[in-house]
Amino acid sequence: MLIAFKLKLALACVAGLAGPLAVAPLLSDAGIRGGADGTGQAIVEVRAGNVSYRVAGDFTRNGRQAAAPLRHITFQEPLAIMKHQVSSADYQACVDAGACRSLDRGVVIAPDRPAVQVSWHDANAYAGWLSRKTGEHYRLPTDEEWAFAAGSRFSDDGLPVDNDDPSKRWIARYERESERKPGGGDVRAFGSFGINENGLADLAGNVWEWTSTCFTRHRLDDAGETVSARSNCGVRVVQGQHRSYVTDFIRDARAGGCAAGVPPDNLGFRLVREPQSWVSAVAKALHIARG
Amino acid sequence: MLTRRAALLSAAAAALMLAVSAPAKAADDLKLPRQKVELVAPPFVHAHEQATKQGPKIIEFTLTVEEKKVVIDEKGTTFQAMTFNGSMPGPLMVVHEGDYVEVTLVNPASNSMPHNVDFHSATGALGGAELTLVNPGEQVTLRWKATRTGTFVYHCAPGGPMIPWHVVSGMAGAVMVLPREGLTDGKGKPVKYDRAYYIGEFDLYVPRDEKGNFKAYDSPGESYNDTVEVMKKLTPTHVVFNGKAGALTGKSALTSKVGETVLIVHSQANRDSRPHLIGGHGDHVWETGKFSNAPETGLETWFIRGGSAGAATYKFLQPGIYAYVTHNLIEAVELGATAHFKVEGKWNDDLMTQVKAPSEIPPAKTN
Ligand SMILES: [Cu+2]
Repeated sequence: MLIAFKLKLALACVAGLAGPLAVAPLLSDAGIRGGADGTGQAIVEVRAGNVSYRVAGDFTRNGRQAAAPLRHITFQEPLAIMKHQVSSADYQACVDAGACRSLDRGVVIAPDRPAVQVSWHDANAYAGWLSRKTGEHYRLPTDEEWAFAAGSRFSDDGLPVDNDDPSKRWIARYERESERKPGGGDVRAFGSFGINENGLADLAGNVWEWTSTCFTRHRLDDAGETVSARSNCGVRVVQGQHRSYVTDFIRDARAGGCAAGVPPDNLGFRLVREPQSWVSAVAKALHIARG
Repeated sequence: MLTRRAALLSAAAAALMLAVSAPAKAADDLKLPRQKVELVAPPFVHAHEQATKQGPKIIEFTLTVEEKKVVIDEKGTTFQAMTFNGSMPGPLMVVHEGDYVEVTLVNPASNSMPHNVDFHSATGALGGAELTLVNPGEQVTLRWKATRTGTFVYHCAPGGPMIPWHVVSGMAGAVMVLPREGLTDGKGKPVKYDRAYYIGEFDLYVPRDEKGNFKAYDSPGESYNDTVEVMKKLTPTHVVFNGKAGALTGKSALTSKVGETVLIVHSQANRDSRPHLIGGHGDHVWETGKFSNAPETGLETWFIRGGSAGAATYKFLQPGIYAYVTHNLIEAVELGATAHFKVEGKWNDDLMTQVKAPSEIPPAKTN
């Protein structure tokens, strides 16, 4: 029983196994437009491009632990993603509308502060509400999309695997995660952690961001291709200073965290806006017309 | 604010009247060599001999009381701490049986309250508390003979309700009195260690405002009334090693090597605890901390009674990251009582190996 409990803790902490080495795409000409659809949230368009991506999850080959493969991913279309994390004030609007769970006491409600101590379910509830409200389609980014948008804010966190000595990998990961940026876990105003080359703010600051990517165990063949994959969608990838895997109902990973790892400081999110199809554009126009 | 401080001072003044009557001794009445020891902040322990061929000495230590605001978790919760030498716990003092411990307790004028010290290892006068109460701006020197071996708590005990409050505000540390011939397994075999760590556990009681957020205060006196209300519920808001959740993790993780034997002294001045090294054991454990008793061997979890310090040795056999926790896992994970050991060395497949990595459950065989 206790072992099972520890394993569960450990699972939520199999952090930072992998991460992309991003090829920085240029800021698109479309640039940044702020809150045009009444979301209060500026959207950045990351121009189509490539990313060198360290696949998330756990990997085995011939029944033994294997290093996460590095993949080359092309984004054919631009990616429309929020410049900032969803603010606590925007999230509060969803709470007031009865569509989102209240933020914990202690989370500062302000238009320039991130909504934190939110679970993956909270983030999805907000995306659903915002989509209904605006007629647009908002959703969490996949881990690949996050890596693509994060650009240089993301570093490859692949680790070598020594099957004769698993402890080397544990120690290397522990040391890497212990390399924290100074400043602690206090939530700060938007922009405090700077803007990346794609125009996104506060990536890899002290707020980790939920993605839609499930924790997946991949079986690789000798060529490094995935032969089979088994996903556990009760655990999702969160992105920030290091990649981490967090159970979807956890709101505060600091206290819920790790037997022997370094947990994320805060859990927040930003959303991707799907490109509008012709049909949805018309539907939206009608929706607005009906007002 | 001044009135509350005045009240605190006068409450202690009564105790002080009783305290001054003991005769002060000339410093050189004992014809013994003297040794001055510079204390170091936990989790480290000052250099010392594990066994000694030298005769008894007078060992001199200085404890300076420091009242200060500290941060006790990664959320930045602040706490009005009272400390010996600025650390929670106070430093570990190591001497040998038969030595005389001469402690100078300094209470700088910048502090707001009287303080003293009760050594569980000392005999008489409430462990020295009756002879050591000093107001801000004063200092006192106490000498006691180390007649019993073991690890022992020391703590501030300035009288009445001040006692538990000062202790759970950080004023506790430990003394280790080693047998002159060193530690043994109780059957005559020496028990030696390659390095020693001192972990002091504290249960903290931080008041919350009406919204449920932890409150911050500008001085210990201002925090007193609210804090006592939380204390009386006996439910700590934090249980921490070395003053802060995460004080002994990440870059501050304890370190060791495969093949090294580590001595871990663990004190809890106020409340029970149950240390457990996840992935390791206690080779020789003096659960009650007293070296005149044979140690228990091969333990999984041991018990530290509130108001005592225990000692355990463990030789690391496997590299990796170990968690050292109190095995009330709610306190370990949610309230902060977790430390990490980072152990380098060579993996031993014989002790453990992952025979088959996680994969799909194979279909059931049908006959
Ligand atoms: Cu005191």
